[in-house]
Amino acid sequence: MSENSLSIRKFSDLANPTRFLGLAGRVLPWLVGLTVVLFAIGLYLSFTTEGDYQQGETVRIMYVHVPAAWLSMMCYTVMAVSALGTLVWRHPLADVSARAAAPIGASFTFLALVTGSLWGKPMWGTWWVWDARLTSVFVLFLMYLGLIALNRAMDDPGKAAKVSAILILVGFVNIPIIKFSVEWWNTLHQPASVLRLGGSAIDPEFLWPLLVMAVAFTLLFFALHIAAMRNEIWRRRVTSMRRQAARAAGREA
Amino acid sequence: MMTHTAYVAASYGTAALTVVALILWVWTDGRARRRELQALEKAGIRRRSAQGGEAQ
Repeated sequence: MSENSLSIRKFSDLANPTRFLGLAGRVLPWLVGLTVVLFAIGLYLSFTTEGDYQQGETVRIMYVHVPAAWLSMMCYTVMAVSALGTLVWRHPLADVSARAAAPIGASFTFLALVTGSLWGKPMWGTWWVWDARLTSVFVLFLMYLGLIALNRAMDDPGKAAKVSAILILVGFVNIPIIKFSVEWWNTLHQPASVLRLGGSAIDPEFLWPLLVMAVAFTLLFFALHIAAMRNEIWRRRVTSMRRQAARAAGREA
Repeated sequence: MMTHTAYVAASYGTAALTVVALILWVWTDGRARRRELQALEKAGIRRRSAQGGEAQ
């Protein structure tokens, strides 16, 4: 067997929900352990490093605000890749992945909005402005809520998968808008200071806690996503087993 | 007028609440689904793929 077909085989093996359940059971304890350790280190660094000479203590809000904002976009990107998986490859786990990710993405977007507001009041003097960055993130939050509602409103899972996949891909246009809004328009929100051309513009005193917290939040996302996917697979099994039982009962009657 | 510490505390408090709520939701949802599967299996209902002998 060629190396190429071997890797395709490995990929399609993962498409098997039972294999995914086995893998999730093995990976989750390690992922959870690593997440807890990284959060312990990240929180220790967040509260022991110096405050900013201008922002004072409020700079510590960055260590939860920035990872939450990154994750709000990363989660949507995961959903967009899953949507492609549903429409193009008809991967059996793709819709499970998109459906499980939506409430997690909505929660992180909510967190980014609230912590941003709590940082904005002392630094900008206002809780909220309708500038391009804040508005596009708010739109992202509404899109997550819409997708969750759509998935719950449709009875036919196959149809719901297709419709949400198309909607997810259409909504993906918002992700580059969020990312580049601070460059394209004049916003109260500052431009990027970590991921930017010319290197990070942030002092290492703040960069380290930020990076550790960002990795901790990312691992938390993957742990929650894998666990939520496992729940979704179980939910679908329960539904199909109940249907099967009802059919058998109908035949007997 | 809130102090700077109060804004930081409110941010970390909201983060903690959101993360705990997410973990609890995923955990209770998983437990409920596992119970439903066990109840169905106890009632003698097995998945079609498991009926053929090989558990897939």
